[in-house]
Amino acid sequence: MSELKELIQNKYNNEAFDGNGSLQSLSQKGMQLFNEQGIPTVKHEEWKYTRIANVLNKDFSYAVNATAVTKADVDAVRLPGNEAANELVFINGIYHAELSSVRSSADELVILPLSEAAKGEYKSVVDANLGHSATYHPDGINAMNNAFAYQGLFIAVKKNKAVEHPLYCYYINDARSSSVLSQPRTLIHVGVNAEVFLVEEEITIGSSDSFTNRVSEIVVEENANVHIYKIQNEDSHSSCVKTTHVRQVGVSKVNSVTLTLNGGTIRNNLNFILEAPGCESHMYGLYCVKGETHVDNHTIVDNVMPNSFSNELYKGIIDENATGVFNGKIFVRQDAQKTNAYQSNKNVLLSDTANVNTKPQLEIFADDVKCSHGCTVGRLDEEALFYLRARGVGEKAAKALLLHAFAGEILDKIELEPIRKYADAIIAERLGFEF
Amino acid sequence: MLSIKNLQARIEEKEILKGINLDIKPGEVHAIMGPNGSGKSTLASVLAGRSDYEVTGGEVEFNGKDLFELSPEDRAREGLFLAFQYPVEIPGVSTTNFIKTAVNEIRKYLGEEPMDAVQFLKKMKEKMKLVEIDQSLLSRSLNEGFSGGEKKRNEIFQMAMLEPTLAILDETDSGLDIDALRIVAEGVNKLRDGNRSFLVITHYQRLLDYIVPDHVHVLYKGKIVKSGGKELALELEERGYDFIKEELGESVEA
Repeated sequence: MSELKELIQNKYNNEAFDGNGSLQSLSQKGMQLFNEQGIPTVKHEEWKYTRIANVLNKDFSYAVNATAVTKADVDAVRLPGNEAANELVFINGIYHAELSSVRSSADELVILPLSEAAKGEYKSVVDANLGHSATYHPDGINAMNNAFAYQGLFIAVKKNKAVEHPLYCYYINDARSSSVLSQPRTLIHVGVNAEVFLVEEEITIGSSDSFTNRVSEIVVEENANVHIYKIQNEDSHSSCVKTTHVRQVGVSKVNSVTLTLNGGTIRNNLNFILEAPGCESHMYGLYCVKGETHVDNHTIVDNVMPNSFSNELYKGIIDENATGVFNGKIFVRQDAQKTNAYQSNKNVLLSDTANVNTKPQLEIFADDVKCSHGCTVGRLDEEALFYLRARGVGEKAAKALLLHAFAGEILDKIELEPIRKYADAIIAERLGFEF
Repeated sequence: MLSIKNLQARIEEKEILKGINLDIKPGEVHAIMGPNGSGKSTLASVLAGRSDYEVTGGEVEFNGKDLFELSPEDRAREGLFLAFQYPVEIPGVSTTNFIKTAVNEIRKYLGEEPMDAVQFLKKMKEKMKLVEIDQSLLSRSLNEGFSGGEKKRNEIFQMAMLEPTLAILDETDSGLDIDALRIVAEGVNKLRDGNRSFLVITHYQRLLDYIVPDHVHVLYKGKIVKSGGKELALELEERGYDFIKEELGESVEA
């Protein structure tokens, strides 16, 4: 781990960011906290089941000037529906305008380096929101990203605008010549009455080790509608920690779907802070993993004000030696009366060596709320399997049919058809579903 | 068609079938009646291949094949159909998609080309009429939230689609009101074509008013203790199962 500490400290010293204001102080605080805390071990309660220190205990380089990635490289990894999308390309954590294509006009969508946004029209937004996730993740991982947040990107969806073109964000690590550590950072402001679809994918090019520590903070204003779809489908040498921190500061609606299909060690932090009365949040997740993949979904719903509704459903299909972790925390603060918060985690284990750890946590300080949580871990329903087989469907096909239906409940929540079909095709192939 | 010889089966340590003999010829309708716990549903489950049951003796030949050598799916592909007493609810799988899969899996097994969409839809429409089932029901998740009658009608619809040579109806009448019972029975009757055989398992005689059997057997304590024509069902209805017990020399509780 000393190698990583050295890598981070050297980069910090060499860059000597001098921007003053909120970026400067976040960077300094981040560096300081990182040095104090280091990378969390399994002794850290929030990292009990995910050995992130082992993943980072390798010889990474922190290369940001990856000019080696060409348009053809990006073409090879574009998601379906890209021809109608705004495509934002990050290489080794840094936004690359030349490789990106922004189709929406500047009166709908604003894209600025965070360092610029922190000075101009959006200064107050940046000051009030950048680094807000640190309150919920006071650990070395979040701090490590904060230390370099000044390299991040600011995205604003303007007031009253429904962005016609979805925002596809490709976080590409170029691991062709050496292993890569990257730390993308975004702050997204969705204005009053605005609507936007975000699609995010981590991609590694090359076969060296790749680690992405991404923090995305999203601020949602009144009457805004935000859809966040995340796809993770990498090789086993690619690991990541993704933190998506959503503040619903006005009455608004947010839908999130997190799909994990393959990878090394994957930690998805997803926080919803419901700061206005009457917010609505939907959090869906599907992990369909095998091999040695380890996927950890940590979610937080913090109900601060009354009358909010949140619904959370995470489903897992775990095969071979893969591991799934689900930790869902719901806070209902004293003022958040009439909160409705639901949470469910359902897992199907397909092998004797597949593993799942699931932990719901409710902390309720108000007295007039409806909260429920539940989790299941099991095998496929034998009775359903027999029913299908008794009608002539072979065992393998019957299992595929049932698993595909199990996954379908989550996939159906994706409202962008090309993305839903793309994910469905991967799942169907994985399950041997050919109908 | 189906020949059962001295069939014995148990679940866990409990012997349930204690030597069943039954021959069903093509086109025949056999009814098996009996009090609760006599082994009626066990017989249906064992024939369909449910793994909870262990066959401990005897043999069953189905269309010239050893039934117990076949997996549940192969039994279905060879022409055996079990209409479940409690059809399973399967969220996320529509009846249409499921039955299309089943039809084509069976065709594949028989070395036939898969059915194309046009042929399949035509057949669906034809069979839907037969059991008075609505398209909207078939587009929904399989049996999910269906009423008892809808579930049973869906079973008969699937039977019509799969065109088995032997259909086993496991207490298809349970939980049905008289109208639903009539629709289901009429669907079954329309599928009687002189070649297709039926094994109708029921506790009550009323289903047999609609589906008139050629032979009636009484199952009691894991054995067929009495066989006769359709009039046996009426006798049972009139006199209850106690007269069987009396005939067997058992004491009957007052």
